Amino acid sequence: MIRHLCAALAVCAMPMAAVAETMDITVTWLRHVEPERPVLSNLDPIPEDRGRAGAALGLEDNQTTGRFLGQTYRLDIVEVPKDTDPTAAATAALAVSPFLILDATAESLLKIADLPQAQSAVLFNSSASDVALRAGSCRANLFHTLPSDAMKADALMQFARLKRWEDLAMIQGAAPRDTVWAEALRASATKFGMKLGDGKLWEFDADMRRNAAQEVPLFTQDLPDHDLLLVADVANDFARYIAYNTWEPRPIAGSEGLIPTAWSPVVEQWGAAQLHSRFTDLAARDMTARDYAAWAAMRAIGEAVTRTKSTDPATLRAYMLSDEFELAGFKGRPQSFRSWNGQMRQPIPLVTRSAVVAQAPLPGYLHQRTELDTLGIDAPEATCTAFN
Amino acid sequence: MARRFKSLAALLTSVAVATAPQLAMSDEIWVTNEKDDTISVIDIETMEVVRTIDVGERPRGITFSKDYSVLYVCASDSDTVQVIDPETGRVLHELPSGEDPEQFVLAPDDRHLYIANEDDAITTVVDTQTRTVVAQIDVGIEPEGMAISPDGKIAITTSETTNMAHWIDTETQELFANTLVDSRPRHAEFIKDGTELWVSSEIGGTITIFDVATQAEKGKIDFEVTGVHPDRVQPVGFEMTAGDTHALVALGPSNHVAVVNAETYKVEDYILVGRRVWHMDFNADRTLAFTTNGVSGDVTVIDVAKRKALRSIKVGRFPWGAAFRPTGS
Repeated sequence: MIRHLCAALAVCAMPMAAVAETMDITVTWLRHVEPERPVLSNLDPIPEDRGRAGAALGLEDNQTTGRFLGQTYRLDIVEVPKDTDPTAAATAALAVSPFLILDATAESLLKIADLPQAQSAVLFNSSASDVALRAGSCRANLFHTLPSDAMKADALMQFARLKRWEDLAMIQGAAPRDTVWAEALRASATKFGMKLGDGKLWEFDADMRRNAAQEVPLFTQDLPDHDLLLVADVANDFARYIAYNTWEPRPIAGSEGLIPTAWSPVVEQWGAAQLHSRFTDLAARDMTARDYAAWAAMRAIGEAVTRTKSTDPATLRAYMLSDEFELAGFKGRPQSFRSWNGQMRQPIPLVTRSAVVAQAPLPGYLHQRTELDTLGIDAPEATCTAFN
Repeated sequence: MARRFKSLAALLTSVAVATAPQLAMSDEIWVTNEKDDTISVIDIETMEVVRTIDVGERPRGITFSKDYSVLYVCASDSDTVQVIDPETGRVLHELPSGEDPEQFVLAPDDRHLYIANEDDAITTVVDTQTRTVVAQIDVGIEPEGMAISPDGKIAITTSETTNMAHWIDTETQELFANTLVDSRPRHAEFIKDGTELWVSSEIGGTITIFDVATQAEKGKIDFEVTGVHPDRVQPVGFEMTAGDTHALVALGPSNHVAVVNAETYKVEDYILVGRRVWHMDFNADRTLAFTTNGVSGDVTVIDVAKRKALRSIKVGRFPWGAAFRPTGS
């Protein structure tokens, strides 16, 4: 035994030299700054490093593993101002590395994915929850680590169904993102056999911080009978002022109250508290869903490199889409990618600001492949053909 | 009324036991309650909790010295390993453990503790006699599982996010090998006189078996519980039955313990236990196993030969680790 140990030690005197050949992997995190809507409340500023800090944590995680395997990882940061076309910056980034984690709108994502230089690249959408990107507008080179609106809506509907809150009503904001989210909620309600009529459009521009108690009861007085009130307001401009001010005493969900999300600091189980504490050590703030998506993209690359011992984008792409791939995403189940649209399967926590209420998929929603596929677009209903 | 009287009598008995622990005659199982900052002491004879001992914050790893004269407990959130007198339940002193100690293993020399520092990606080696840190070894992210070979020459740390077993040469306190396993490795054990190393992977849902001499993978165990989705079958803690013939493997949120044949690596049985079964220990002759069930807050007693759960014993919140203590020690 001793002699064997010494032999092994001679080869592996330094842990970083455990594997003879070294691999260098550069990943670019590219943000095309989105114009953010001004909102009434000042309580939830958008962190300047949202998404980027998640990628940075993923880098640390990959590097720690990598130093035992002779892998080195580098993260390049590219920020494109909001009025600038992102394709030039993306082309430059693709000349350095085929691995891009993107933080941009659906429109910018597609522009980048359609670049000739991007065709053999591996891109990750860590920012846009649009269902269309996983359906008709999908791209074979674009993976999605952020859950789609459909996944989040299905998580909420599973919960409402389980609670037998079958009559729903909805208030939706006037922003385009609110319409998209409201449509996802409506489609999901239909999928799970719930009753959800037309949403009532919120058009007020008064300062609700001062008069929600006067306005909201009146506004909600003529809503159809409901057990649960959905509020579709992605920026949380007015949703936060609805709770407790409704005509009928009803719980609210969607963009306020009970929220389906990829990640929240209130998730504590499955080692999530450790991920969160590593994140707060790094970024001095809470981890958001977009940070989580960027982290998951970075880790997916690291995991694929480690398991395939390759840096070839085609090899990594094929591995990530295979049944072999699994990422421990701190949500209690292995996370993998759907082979029909590149969406990362993942549990969706349903959270309030201080606790996890439930985590979808909920008990009783069964699936022949994995219960995670009860959330979002499943193979039989997929309209994405790019992955075939 | 009669019932109340009886429970009062039971209470009086337990008070008597608590104030005069030196009278305890039976073997015991000690269980750390992660969310109560306590240890529940189960009397194996009566299968009741006879003592509850206050310890530091978030107690997890638990082990006795070889002669059972002192108890070591990882008080994770207190960032220390507490050394406790099992007779009085008093903390004798604390050991420097590095930050967030989760799990540890006591070397065969009965002196050195190898501690996984979950938040720091470090394994800390502490001399329990001089109460000093002997070495700190950089390992992967979220180290957890700890094992040491019977001859004391190799220590193992598994890292949950790096997905590796790190092999430490205890003479130089340096890594000499790093082997990949499936996602989220949780627990490691040397078995068969230290010729095999077993590592469980919670998210990967497997146990990987290594040949210790070559550090090469020589087998993998998969689990399949009828009616439970594979994603929820998550192997965590495991212990070997007498003679290392079988392993009992705690399968986390599937609420089952698997019985694995250690020769064929085949699963022979699944036993339904409490919710989110985590770790376990045996009685003296290994005829009974006691599993900690985190979510249901209890301990399941398993008849090892019959492969059946006999009963459950309520303990504190989120029981994590278990350790056996013999009579009169």
